[in-house]
Amino acid sequence: MPDNNNLKKKKNIWEETTLNKVTSRFPARKNLVTGSDTEVDNLHIPDNNFSYEEKLGFPGEYPYTRGVQPTMYRGKFWTMRQYAGFGTAEESNSRYKYLLQQGQTGLSIAFDLPTQIGYDSDDPISAGEVGKVGVAIDSLKDMETLFNGIPLDKVSTSMTINAPAAVLLAMYIIVAEKQGVTKEQIRGTIQNDILKEYIARGTYIFPPAPSMRLINNIFEYCSAEVPKWNTISISGYHIREAGSTAVQEIAFTIADGIEYVRNAIGVGLDVDQFAGRLSFFFNAHNDLLEEVAKYRAARRIWAKIMKEKFSAKKEKSMMMRFHTQTAGSTLTAQQPDNNIVRVAIQTLAAVMGGTQSLHTNSRDEALALPTEDSVRVALRTQQIVAHESGVANIVDPLAGSYYIEQLTDKIEEDALNYINKIEDMGGMVKAIEKGYVQKEIQDSAYKYQKSVEAGDRVVVGVNKFTIEEPAPSGLLKVNPELQKVQEANLKKVRSGRNNEKVAECLAALSEGAAKEDVNLMPLIIDSVREYATLGEISNVLREKFGEYRESIVL
Amino acid sequence: MDKKIRIVIAKPGLDGHDRGAKYIARALKDAGYEVIYTGIRQTPESIVATAIQEDVDFVGLSLLSGAHNELFPRVVNLLKEQEAGEIVVFGGGVIPEEDLGFLEKKGVQAIFRPGAPISDVISFIKSKTGSTAA
Repeated sequence: MPDNNNLKKKKNIWEETTLNKVTSRFPARKNLVTGSDTEVDNLHIPDNNFSYEEKLGFPGEYPYTRGVQPTMYRGKFWTMRQYAGFGTAEESNSRYKYLLQQGQTGLSIAFDLPTQIGYDSDDPISAGEVGKVGVAIDSLKDMETLFNGIPLDKVSTSMTINAPAAVLLAMYIIVAEKQGVTKEQIRGTIQNDILKEYIARGTYIFPPAPSMRLINNIFEYCSAEVPKWNTISISGYHIREAGSTAVQEIAFTIADGIEYVRNAIGVGLDVDQFAGRLSFFFNAHNDLLEEVAKYRAARRIWAKIMKEKFSAKKEKSMMMRFHTQTAGSTLTAQQPDNNIVRVAIQTLAAVMGGTQSLHTNSRDEALALPTEDSVRVALRTQQIVAHESGVANIVDPLAGSYYIEQLTDKIEEDALNYINKIEDMGGMVKAIEKGYVQKEIQDSAYKYQKSVEAGDRVVVGVNKFTIEEPAPSGLLKVNPELQKVQEANLKKVRSGRNNEKVAECLAALSEGAAKEDVNLMPLIIDSVREYATLGEISNVLREKFGEYRESIVL
Repeated sequence: MDKKIRIVIAKPGLDGHDRGAKYIARALKDAGYEVIYTGIRQTPESIVATAIQEDVDFVGLSLLSGAHNELFPRVVNLLKEQEAGEIVVFGGGVIPEEDLGFLEKKGVQAIFRPGAPISDVISFIKSKTGSTAA
């Protein structure tokens, strides 16, 4: 085997002779960088110190660089899961049924902002927001309508809900129970990742300490009662959307993960009891090769941390399973059909990076919520990649590429530097309170936008290859009368329920919230069952826990 | 010497997408304006209170949830009610073209949609202040 120095020397000679002969006449493009500003070398050569077994191993085996299952998509395809929800529970219910008919294999529920922040639709602060970015859920009644005719023992459901995750999970459990489906049978995920809400997404309610307690309560309750439920989806998606680099995306997400695991262990949970139900959520951007390397690096980092730092014993505890969504921030309002191509590239990245499930964005999402037609194209994109492209026939297809392996190592190294820095600050909560993470992301976002405005980065149809185009038509519009519909429904719920029982349940919840060692899940389930509203339950907790205030970093 | 032009960049409504708002705030600051950024989840009432208290010339609103038709006009009206109607209101975010006419009629003087460069915002500010300097 030739040693590396020999190859490097040969590369130098190649640069001086063959390469130079050409570049002296036809200069190559200079200072090339990845989508995240990592320098790209002119040619990657084999690294003979590379240890296959240590760095990659086999699929389904530690450190899971090549994927968490031994067969990957040779076994079954990833779950095609389109994030959807708008307007009333009835409207969303019919969109879900449409998507299931079209071959989608899991549901993903988008809630409106009042729901995500724990306000009822008739709260004055909800004005203008009801049903806009997702479905409005005020009480169990709405949740019953949302899943009407959808068998909860057959589908798996992902819910993008964080601060009030316990309440929505409680509602789901009871809807299932009313269908005759037990807690042991239901499958799905709650996002339940409050740290990234403070960092990037903004739908927080309570301060960090009580929020972490709610998360621990869910971990503990589900490990005993709802064994197939993914209790958290630790999300880099929104961090990336806020403008981070690929390295920052996985570094900050894994640092969040470390904080959750440390907290749960801190209240006495056994790592192998809950860690197998932790899941992750990443973004898929346009720089295909960098994204593939990113997913591979993330799996390897997580496996090592779980094994070495937290002494996990079960394999499941070390496997990073993740959902992916294509990058909303890469979609352009200009020439929106071009977005179909971007989404196709991003789909390839997610699939060649070994995702467990995928949401593909629709071409019109820089303009409005997607129409049924554009959602279908987005779903078809996944189906074409699955059935026609051939990339799903082979596990970790880009492994062994000199560039991919070296980029995977580089991303791992850079991400670990961030993770160690955050650990040195005392963990993620401290880093957020200092504004450190927010500032790092903002600086990347600012730099990126400046480079687009300067024309250093080309965004097709935006700063190059532009055309005059007519205003797009046929966008989806949410009914502005919706707020009134929800208000009327709420009135009916409040007058039709046993208000004495509701008051009792809420009082018990309030008492429980005041004692740190009480698990709030059963108390929330009791309240939900009596049709206490999401706003009422959240207000009880607000009173005991207080509210988080953003530290503004600019 | 002219008083420096003061601008509040605010996020009404409940959405947390603050990447655009923060970019605009920072880029305007770099261009020499005095900029106050409010943070997310501000009510129209609190935005107007900040605008008056900070004695600003412009209010820039950023919203990506679709609630702009309700919340942008409310800011304009509250400013008028509090005798601060001379403050120029502009906005940005995911705002469909078909809403532009409505917002303009309601007194929102410019809307910057996805992809609009910062130079457009600066020319707009200059056109309203009639000055070439920040």
